Amino acid sequence: MNEWTGIWANLILILAAVFAFSAMLSWIERRLLGLWQDRYGPNRVGPFGVLQIVADSIKLLTKEDWIPPFADRAVFVLAPAIVAVATLLAFAVVPLAPGIGVVDLNIGLLFFLAMSSLGVYSVVLGGWASNNKYSLLGGFRAAAQMLSYEVFMGLALMGVVMLAGSFNLRDIVAAQENLWFCIPQVLGLATFAVAGIAEARRLPFDLPESENELVAGFHTEYSSMKFGLFFIGEYVGITLISAMIVTLFFGGWLGPLLPPLVWFLLKTFIVIACFVLLRAALPRLRYDQLMAYGWKVMLPLTLVNLLITGAVVLSMA
Amino acid sequence: MWNSLKTMWIIFLHMFHRRVTIEYPDEKPKIPPRWRGRIILSRDPDGEERCVACYLCAAACPVDCIALQATENEHGRRYPEFFRINFSRCIFCGYCEEACPTDAIQLTPDFEMGEYNRKNLVYEKEDLLIDGTGKYPGYNFYRVAGVAIGGKSKGEAEKEAPPVDPRSLLP
Repeated sequence: MNEWTGIWANLILILAAVFAFSAMLSWIERRLLGLWQDRYGPNRVGPFGVLQIVADSIKLLTKEDWIPPFADRAVFVLAPAIVAVATLLAFAVVPLAPGIGVVDLNIGLLFFLAMSSLGVYSVVLGGWASNNKYSLLGGFRAAAQMLSYEVFMGLALMGVVMLAGSFNLRDIVAAQENLWFCIPQVLGLATFAVAGIAEARRLPFDLPESENELVAGFHTEYSSMKFGLFFIGEYVGITLISAMIVTLFFGGWLGPLLPPLVWFLLKTFIVIACFVLLRAALPRLRYDQLMAYGWKVMLPLTLVNLLITGAVVLSMA
Repeated sequence: MWNSLKTMWIIFLHMFHRRVTIEYPDEKPKIPPRWRGRIILSRDPDGEERCVACYLCAAACPVDCIALQATENEHGRRYPEFFRINFSRCIFCGYCEEACPTDAIQLTPDFEMGEYNRKNLVYEKEDLLIDGTGKYPGYNFYRVAGVAIGGKSKGEAEKEAPPVDPRSLLP
């Protein structure tokens, strides 16, 4: 009984926290972008504009929820749900602090990779079901981008797995007690961060969306809360990737003085801020550059990282 | 790669720059005096309408937002019977002001003309006419022009010589 209430409390609190934080992220991102572009961003609704998200959700919920007559109805409705569900499910394995976290899977890392890859179905199906040339192009790009970046996303993490000797995320955090993996695995961190940005479809790699070439890419035809779900899915994705970067490379909840949960949230927020900084600073890559970069630079880098880590682990053993 | 990191660093440093936003309704922007905003009709120093209803502004207007009808008073002064500017069409180009021979029509630095009802953007003469001389103080068209009106006949304008009588033999 007691055990179950603990699990449910964890589950509901984490779900609520992730949703609330991802919603707030739209405000945080706009304020940060404003800060780095010498302007303010939304600061009218509530103190410092924190209630902007309330205004935005009211707007989204009261908009006409239109399904184009030429769309594939069932898939069109299903697609936005997939991205939100998949990314939220991946959050189940993220260890926030000792004792806080939904499940303690011994293949946590693989579960995360599987769930974050499922997210692409949402984009591809959404683009396909819209039955619109721009959406379809966005879906194509998403598929190609995921294929090429998924490959080294998994490989980039294998160095961490080798060093920690486990797929369990709690064990991986515990293995960073003495030295965070961002130092021995600096190449892994770099490649995983790049793959993570591509996975979350964030700015230097937001080709599926690319609003100035493809209208709005895969979600051109989406309106109202279906669009809102894509939106939330994207922000949950950013939070997820940031949380994973922190867990795998920056020692998760480890840190002096402050309580573990605070450390975890602080680190995650800093990584998210870096994501926003990337968006503020870098232009979008061209499609062929994206592919060439993925296959010719990032994949060899991860393989080199894997070889070096393997050699070091062997020689230490 | 190095370039990208450098870009990110430069953008990051923008955190410490001054923000350029002027938070408009709370903080009024500084508007230069030659700003082309709401159009007014000015009066001469004697308090009479400057407009002589020559239609040049209406002819110059690229969007045809000015409508007027000329008429004459008992002194022979031309003035517009009505003068109407449709500000929902006006593009604030200032051509009317350039065309005006009597400095009557002028653009002002006021731009706060928002209305909920489109019809309220049609300004009639009583909305346009102001009490002062606007940007050009001291100018009075009928006092410098050679045209005769009641109370001022030919040759009585400022710097105007009396008319030459061609029938007279005297030089």
